[in-house]
Amino acid sequence: MTENGKPKLAMYWAASCGGCEISVLNIHEHILTVDEIFDIAFFPCIADFKVHHVESYPDGYIDVCLWNGAIRNSEGEHMAHLLRQKSKVMVAYGSCAYEGCIPALSNLTSKEATFNTVYIDNPTIDNPEGIIPLTSVNVPEGELTLPEFYHTVKSLDQVIDVDYYLPGCPPEPPQIWAVLQVIVAGLLEGAPLPPKGSVVGVTNVAVCEECKLKKGEKEISRFYRPYEIVPEPDVCLLEQGIVCMGPATNGGCGALCPQVGIGCRGCYGPLPGVEDQGAKMLSAIASVIGAGEVGMEERELEQRIQAVVDTIPDPAGTFYRFSMAHSLLRRAKVNGSNGKGEAK
Amino acid sequence: MSEEQKHPEQNERVGVYICHCGTNIANVVDVEDVAEWAGKQPNVEIAREYKFMCSSLGQDLIEEDIREKGLTRVVVSSCSPHMHEKTFRTACERGGLNPFLFEMANIREHDSWITNDKVAATQKAKALTNAAIERVVHHQPLEQLPVEINPNTLVVGGGIAGITAALELANGGHHVYLVEREPSIGGHMAQLDKTFPTLDCSACILTPKMVDAGQHPNITLLTWSEVEKVDGYIGNFTVSVRKKARYINEDHCTGCGICIEKCPFKVIDDVFEVGMGERKVVYRPFPQAVPKFPVIDKENCVYFQRGKCKACQIFCPTEPNSIDFEQEDEILSISVGNIILATGFQLFDTAKIPQYGYGRLPNVFTSLEFERMVNASGPTDGKIVLRDKQTEPKTVAIIHCVGSRDENYHKYCSKICCMYSLKFAHLVHERIPDADVYNCYIDMRTPGKGYEEFYHRLLEEGTHFIRGKVAEVTNAARIPEEKGKLIVQVEDTLIGRQRRIPVDMVLLSPAMEAQPDSKEISQLFKMGCDFDGFFTERHPKLDPVATMTEGIFIAGACQGPKDVPDSVAQGAAASARVAGLINIGTVMMEPVRASINQDDCSGCRICNNMCPYNAIIFHEDRHVSEVITALCQGCGTCVAACPSGIISGAHFTNIQLLSQIEGILWDVRPAKEKVPA
Repeated sequence: MTENGKPKLAMYWAASCGGCEISVLNIHEHILTVDEIFDIAFFPCIADFKVHHVESYPDGYIDVCLWNGAIRNSEGEHMAHLLRQKSKVMVAYGSCAYEGCIPALSNLTSKEATFNTVYIDNPTIDNPEGIIPLTSVNVPEGELTLPEFYHTVKSLDQVIDVDYYLPGCPPEPPQIWAVLQVIVAGLLEGAPLPPKGSVVGVTNVAVCEECKLKKGEKEISRFYRPYEIVPEPDVCLLEQGIVCMGPATNGGCGALCPQVGIGCRGCYGPLPGVEDQGAKMLSAIASVIGAGEVGMEERELEQRIQAVVDTIPDPAGTFYRFSMAHSLLRRAKVNGSNGKGEAK
Repeated sequence: MSEEQKHPEQNERVGVYICHCGTNIANVVDVEDVAEWAGKQPNVEIAREYKFMCSSLGQDLIEEDIREKGLTRVVVSSCSPHMHEKTFRTACERGGLNPFLFEMANIREHDSWITNDKVAATQKAKALTNAAIERVVHHQPLEQLPVEINPNTLVVGGGIAGITAALELANGGHHVYLVEREPSIGGHMAQLDKTFPTLDCSACILTPKMVDAGQHPNITLLTWSEVEKVDGYIGNFTVSVRKKARYINEDHCTGCGICIEKCPFKVIDDVFEVGMGERKVVYRPFPQAVPKFPVIDKENCVYFQRGKCKACQIFCPTEPNSIDFEQEDEILSISVGNIILATGFQLFDTAKIPQYGYGRLPNVFTSLEFERMVNASGPTDGKIVLRDKQTEPKTVAIIHCVGSRDENYHKYCSKICCMYSLKFAHLVHERIPDADVYNCYIDMRTPGKGYEEFYHRLLEEGTHFIRGKVAEVTNAARIPEEKGKLIVQVEDTLIGRQRRIPVDMVLLSPAMEAQPDSKEISQLFKMGCDFDGFFTERHPKLDPVATMTEGIFIAGACQGPKDVPDSVAQGAAASARVAGLINIGTVMMEPVRASINQDDCSGCRICNNMCPYNAIIFHEDRHVSEVITALCQGCGTCVAACPSGIISGAHFTNIQLLSQIEGILWDVRPAKEKVPA
């Protein structure tokens, strides 16, 4: 804390979409309170700070750093280490920092394949010379450098020590405000902070608890993508064949998506004690597939089950949409040629 | 979660014991090295190796260390938990430790027995031991659950094994439900003429037992019935049995047989007479059938098909009439404590070996056809004749190992075929004294009391024994002497030359094989069967009649090829096991049970229809699901299904399993990453 007694707040982004910054600004009038309570020490989205400013701070100068974004390149990694050194409390803010989120789905493929899709083989790309980013290139004016793009996207805690996790894509305003209040109370009034490593801003009971849709026993004979079905109101979406990650997802969001007919995507991450949200949901889905009858030939049963499974077009993207980096899977093993190099 | 709860291992004192198992383990695994290494692992208080951990001295080691070194957890690396988990749990208990604070690593069946590579085996022993160490620190003390044993028993299959099992229990004062899918009990033994090697009349020794079973006050006989559904667990099974409609009212029928006599229609009897004879459409499979009530064969009954006839009803002398065309299948629900499966076998279909000519060459017969033929009450009144039912054969060839000991069909030896083939040779000699009999065998296998002597008797009776596998049976004559004959082409390996033997009749001795639906039966009763379809015993030597499912026992040929005395012995053995359980009255069940943390359940209801034991209920008022502990069998289905991870399986918790996996990967895992709580 500085002379004026105000705690220092930082917020930084790595591999992310920017939505997390906006979510902080989206806490309505409370943002004024935040401004009143905190001194902003580093927040590139809203204020002009440079890295050398951070470098010049003494260690532990920043009281709270809200880090959003996954670690995907050397710049993110460097900044994570730097801000960890300068911050008392490091919060993995949002799904990317917590568990990798959308960027980490590229862990299913290689760096080369990702570059190929982004810079070369894509209908909207015009890149006849096949230029892809390099870490260093010489131009008449001198050497230009870019951070190194890694094979594997990591969650923040796979790179540095993290104190708290605030899940969500992005976190919901009431939860953000609640968490900020707890931290402020801790900093200003010495109130007890949650134990280190806590996931905060969650209910620790699945989203279904907050979801008002009526739930019955489940037996699903096919799945629907959102455009294929007009869901019946008031009935559990999963029962209707819409993949809803609600039962495998930590609550706290208020079950906003399922209650407007869109299956929960799972952005609040797994429940306590669950290592792998995607595997847990897959296991649950596999358990409620209703295909065939007792005594049916095994091969026919297999075909029927396969037919049901085939109605889920992108299982990895569906069940690991947010949790790939942090799951037991972490990444796919990628070998061989055709733009796919040995994964690191 | 506090730091201490997250890492309980920091507070545990683990004792690790590496067993040599004589030389079984120690010859391949460097047990000293494993013990020394284990002693250096976190939380390990003491690590020892010992010649036989299961010996009383080995168990004493554990007990003393618990007392003197204050061990809080125990790991034994030795054999399969099926062998000695109970032994070591009891040792822990004697030492004052809850038996579930123990974990066993299998470094024998899973390690030393499967390789000669000492370096690799030692490395694997370390991995398995370490997995157990890292798991056991997360174990929780558990209490076993007592379960009462329902004293009633279900016996499935009314052949000689099932009849014996049922009678043994019934004579001991226990109630038995004996279920048989054919109209009569008796099984294959009822079809046989004589039994080897004593040549007792099969029916004469079997029918008294059938009558006993039929009349026993402690036996409820359910023939023409099949088990459709099995719920529950040892002590408390609920079984649904479909009692197929006989169209005969059993309360009124006296078994007089007039309906059979008056029925104007006959069909080929494919079951009991294996196609050799006919039976009426309303029929008893054989005269001594138990129960005495006939069955109307609906498929072939003219009344059922065309609405006319009713001869049986018209002539039935009972009042009220016993013929009931309106009868429907009944579903009975039976509560039993134990189940004995004695579902028997079928014979290999000899038509699958076309070069032996069955079905194409009329005078090629199967063993059961011959059994019926030589039976005095059979379709030829006991006369050995060709398919024309007149001509007596003068030369007979008997082919052993049809479908057994054959890479193309069954690799196993069917055990009884040599003996019954010898019996056939004897019966031919007996009925047609001047006949020439050729037994073509691969090896003569006659182990058993009086069996080798029987073989010698046949040698003296003048049977021609040809050691060789028959290549083919053909009717294509090459020389005049072969004309009109069946020619058996076989290499006589003892004289080293090919022979062509012209005969009048060929008898095939097919293998015993598992019932065609044995796999479904094993699924119905939730126990195992092997690739051949035979039911799997708990231990091939020491526990041949129990299965891996508590409360389910097996007896007779459903477990593997067996002759009559072996089947009888197994039937009696299975019933002795059941009687023991009934007498104790309660068994202690593994406390491996699922539970749902009521505060954390979101009420998504995914688990609600998962439970095979209907142990999960949903509370509409509180919107949470709950596992009823008394009904839960610890199968883990709901634990896997729960997407929130809040159903926990005692003794198989996430942290226990993941720690075990982490432990087994000790040599390849990266330094611990920072993971959130």
